[in-house]
Amino acid sequence: MKRVTLFAGHYGSGKTNLAVNYALRLAEMGKKTMIADLDIVNPYFRTRDSEKALADAGVRIVVSPFANSNVDVPALPQEMYAVTDDKSYFAVVDVGGDDRGALALGRLAPALMKEDDYEMLFVMNFYRPLTTNAESAVAVMREVENASHMKFTGIINNSNLGQQTTGEDIIRTHARAMEVSRLTGLELAATCVREDLIGEVSPKIENLIPIRLHFRDEWAIF
Amino acid sequence: MADKVLMKGNEALAEAAIMAGCRHYFGYPITPQTEVAAYLAKRMPQIGGTFLQAESEVAAINMVIGVASAGKRVMTSSSSPGISLKSEGLSYLAGCDLPALVVNVQRGGPGLGGIQPSQSDYFQATRGAGHGDFHMLVLAPASVQEMASLVFKGFDLADKYRMTTMILADGTMGQMMEPVSLDMGSVNEYDKSWAVTGTKCERKHNIINSLSLLPEELEQWNIRRYDMYKKIEEREVMYDEYMTEDADIIVVAFGVAARVARNAIVAAREKGIKAGLVRPITLWPFPKEILKQRAKNAKAFVSVELSTGQMIEDIELAIRCTRPVLLASRVGGMIPTPEEVLEKIEEAQKIGGEA
Repeated sequence: MKRVTLFAGHYGSGKTNLAVNYALRLAEMGKKTMIADLDIVNPYFRTRDSEKALADAGVRIVVSPFANSNVDVPALPQEMYAVTDDKSYFAVVDVGGDDRGALALGRLAPALMKEDDYEMLFVMNFYRPLTTNAESAVAVMREVENASHMKFTGIINNSNLGQQTTGEDIIRTHARAMEVSRLTGLELAATCVREDLIGEVSPKIENLIPIRLHFRDEWAIF
Repeated sequence: MADKVLMKGNEALAEAAIMAGCRHYFGYPITPQTEVAAYLAKRMPQIGGTFLQAESEVAAINMVIGVASAGKRVMTSSSSPGISLKSEGLSYLAGCDLPALVVNVQRGGPGLGGIQPSQSDYFQATRGAGHGDFHMLVLAPASVQEMASLVFKGFDLADKYRMTTMILADGTMGQMMEPVSLDMGSVNEYDKSWAVTGTKCERKHNIINSLSLLPEELEQWNIRRYDMYKKIEEREVMYDEYMTEDADIIVVAFGVAARVARNAIVAAREKGIKAGLVRPITLWPFPKEILKQRAKNAKAFVSVELSTGQMIEDIELAIRCTRPVLLASRVGGMIPTPEEVLEKIEEAQKIGGEA
């Protein structure tokens, strides 16, 4: 297992939720874990929304002091350097969406590459309107690599329709995920599946990551 | 669900505008509606449309006036402080009888306020969008699907009545992600022989103008507009109901507040309180008739709002204050919880029982 895991991908691919789930899992395994929110694009649904669950699990949270506040600025805290400077932690990094969101990662790129103990995973949701097929996903992947000055080491299929996702919805995107793997030569590291759908999906797809959705559910159902 | 995609409200809204035939968008970024501009910046060049980030909200709304004058479908979007800047343009659009679609993904105010969701521009949208006697059609989506379908409908209404349609969303609607079907149907064509498109020396030139220095003439323009508004109030009211048939307590809420209210109503029913929801979809024209009708059997009303109480005045007016109307509200970017709404429903039940 690498010390640093970077989740990046197209806008709205579900990176934040995946990063939160992954950090919680590391903490459950007894690892000293930190999660860093590098998302300067979306000031709304950020790691910060899951702050309580993360804090309760003992995960150190590194997030812009302005996130979800009234200050609408794309700022990162100086504490962000702990990702590369404090090697006693397993670090999970939630990179902002698309090339613009990944720009901020460029600041950490030299130190990450020097240490060379990271995984950078490309998160894909084929139900997003601008990345419905393998070709469009790969195009975004290249844009993110150019903006961040870093190369991906694996891909993750996080295809979902939010709460309404069925097992079949996930299974039918598998071929597209494998096509991205073929086009890029990168391994499909995992497929994300909501916990209750694991039984349905596991006979068809290997390497599943169980996902719990973190959201404010009082108005989610309609 | 092969035909569904997972979209943010702001993106669904933008894509629906394209499907409605809108090929011109002018805007200026502001949270929480920036994704509208970001999405259209990507999409418009792909389909030969115009995406233009104006130098200000004021410039953007004036560009809207230009395209609308030429008879083309056009949209701008912003969030609360930006809509205030567009205020002058909204009045001119009304004075010129031009169709346009304007989106307000509201945030907390007044002033710069915050970036979290709010519904505190209700008065502005339904009463005071700008100077002079005029209305806009005001549509309030409560899901990502409605962010799309009401934009599509909004363009149609705008063309039909030569008016501005405002989509009055809140930050939640703009930011939340839900599966959406973009099957919107076909676009209706309307006569636009009034548009300024060049006479080619074949007809008298058209004039788009909001200035009439003769008071007799200006009065007539206003009267004609208000005659039309009356027809719209008869024809175009939209609302949704949930468990209202036997309801003692009628909860009225739109947008995200309606989603919270629905959960509170389910909880109230479990406690034996007969509560139901009327969800206005058009805020202007306001669904007065159904509220008047529901007041006959209801004991009390609860207005759920992300404001200090604005729609509550329309509810009181609609039912002519014949029943008590309580307010369940959070402001400044806060969203009321179902528990808070339930508390008000219980209070309404108590007051209604005494009345």
